[in-house]
Amino acid sequence: MENPYLPYPVRIDSVITETEDRNLKTFKLVFLNSEDSEKFVHRAGQFAELSIAGKGEIPIGIASSPTEQGHLLFTVNKVGLVTSALHQMAVGEVMGVRGPLGNWYPWEEMDGKNVVIIGGGFAFTTLRASIVYMLHPENRSRFGDVTVIYGARTPGMLLYKDELAAWDERDDIRMHITVDASDDPDWKYNVGFVPTITQEKAPSAEDAYAIVCGPPIMIKFTLPILSELGFPPERIIMSLEMRMKCGIGMCGRCNIGTEYVCNDGPVFSLDQLGQLPNEY
Amino acid sequence: MTDKMVKKADLNELLNRLLEDYRVFAPVRRGDITTFQQISAADEPDFSCTNTILSPKSLMLPQSECLFDFTLEKGSDMAGIMREIDKDYSPRVIFGIRPCDAQSFQLLDLNFDTSPYRDPWWVRRRHHTTLVGLGCNVPCSTCFCTSVGGSPFAEDGLDLLLTDVGDEFALQAITEKGEQLLTKTGIDTEPSAATAKAVLACKESALGLMRSSVPTNNLEKHDATALFNADFWDKVQFACINCGICTYVCPTCWCFDIQDEVRKNNGVRLRNWDSCMSPLFTLHGSGHNPRNEKLQRVRQRFMHKLKYFVDKYERGVACVGCGRCVEQCPVNIDIREVVRLMNQFKV
Repeated sequence: MENPYLPYPVRIDSVITETEDRNLKTFKLVFLNSEDSEKFVHRAGQFAELSIAGKGEIPIGIASSPTEQGHLLFTVNKVGLVTSALHQMAVGEVMGVRGPLGNWYPWEEMDGKNVVIIGGGFAFTTLRASIVYMLHPENRSRFGDVTVIYGARTPGMLLYKDELAAWDERDDIRMHITVDASDDPDWKYNVGFVPTITQEKAPSAEDAYAIVCGPPIMIKFTLPILSELGFPPERIIMSLEMRMKCGIGMCGRCNIGTEYVCNDGPVFSLDQLGQLPNEY
Repeated sequence: MTDKMVKKADLNELLNRLLEDYRVFAPVRRGDITTFQQISAADEPDFSCTNTILSPKSLMLPQSECLFDFTLEKGSDMAGIMREIDKDYSPRVIFGIRPCDAQSFQLLDLNFDTSPYRDPWWVRRRHHTTLVGLGCNVPCSTCFCTSVGGSPFAEDGLDLLLTDVGDEFALQAITEKGEQLLTKTGIDTEPSAATAKAVLACKESALGLMRSSVPTNNLEKHDATALFNADFWDKVQFACINCGICTYVCPTCWCFDIQDEVRKNNGVRLRNWDSCMSPLFTLHGSGHNPRNEKLQRVRQRFMHKLKYFVDKYERGVACVGCGRCVEQCPVNIDIREVVRLMNQFKV
């Protein structure tokens, strides 16, 4: 019997400090055993439990795309016991990964559709996975227009800055990068909150899905704008966070009504969430 | 399936024979308290206690259990890598489990033995355990098993059922596992006509002695969000002090936590019972807590058992009517009353 609690051993291959406050780092992890790497087949939107022996486990969205083979990326905000320990770890050290866990963005449904990605702050990780996945030469033709609205507090708080710049240069993806405020005279993108920029850029709802990830305040003000733009609740897709332990629907803490966010989610449509108790 | 009988005076001999092939767990009285313990030939089980204070859930889901161990020794090839721990999965029997507690294991199978994930410890323990039930001649005043799909002599979930008919126990094998156990006891006495009649009388009289019944017929029909927003939760939660004893004694409360513990360079990953009554249960790293209020936690416990579980698995409520929470609650919150409120709820 496979033990779903047993992490795969991985080695930290590189660590990138993403943001100016140094609180967000991206860890590139490589499996110690190639057969584990083959078993770990994920879809963009899924998460994994990162395990540090002696500290515990944390559920973190997978920031690498399934099309990026041979390693996994996780961007981790330093918050508690495990994330602080992880931030102290160095290249070459061994830790664990358990997964992939949960469901994914509705790629089957979104086939042939326009996709609008709206992200804020450090909730951009599985959105990065999604963008890299859609832009892959094998996949790009399967989607219509791809539009990205991504905001952070300041330019220095944006994740994946080099990739954002590279995507901005392409003509097969429409990028709207924004910051709440900036004192950088060379800042060449937008200034304004994500909901405002969404309203301004008004991505068409026709044949389109919106994937929204960000802090609660951003989501609260973005959802009405998407509705105004004509996105029906079943085509507004969100990814939720909860305190988790097992990640496989057994330990009992991450439920919203009948649904375990770890196993039945983390991805839900606004329509699905509307039918659940408002407790998240 | 086979029926046998054994004189009470010969019960110890029967248990001793089982001890040759099984690890045997039975209710044992220590001081004022009867709990399920592993017994040896010297122990005298206590079959007079209808409901043990603690359910035998710890035999399937230990209150604290090492899942993995690891070393942190620098330079070791295994440093930081979780290793599975060998455990004793030799055959065992829980002797004298009450039908409601056996039913709780079946409900928990829905959570632990799923597709695609199977909890390996739960599944193995279930597999290597034979359940010898003891029917309840005199149900407790707080028992309400007949309201939630059970009965004092329910066979569902048991491998073998014992009925106390005075000077003897009648033994009724229910499953193949139960048959095997019966063979190993070497008991060969068929129940007499009088014993068979006494068994039926016990079953009938127990049903007559059930003192509480609560209707659950509307629970599945209710809209979950409407029930969630019902006004009565404020009243239900008012006296609760969030002590968590209800979750501790409940045979169908399975929620758990996972923690690492380290001593010098060696550590273990543990699984411990947890409780939805604790605010920490759902506290996010960010400080946000979706169940920060006592009302939310109390509501979660009842909604989980009596609505979410009903809707998710379509196998009835996640309560076996053992009445332990009713007996132990320091502020007299009574799940039977909450069932009533939920069942009669109107938008």
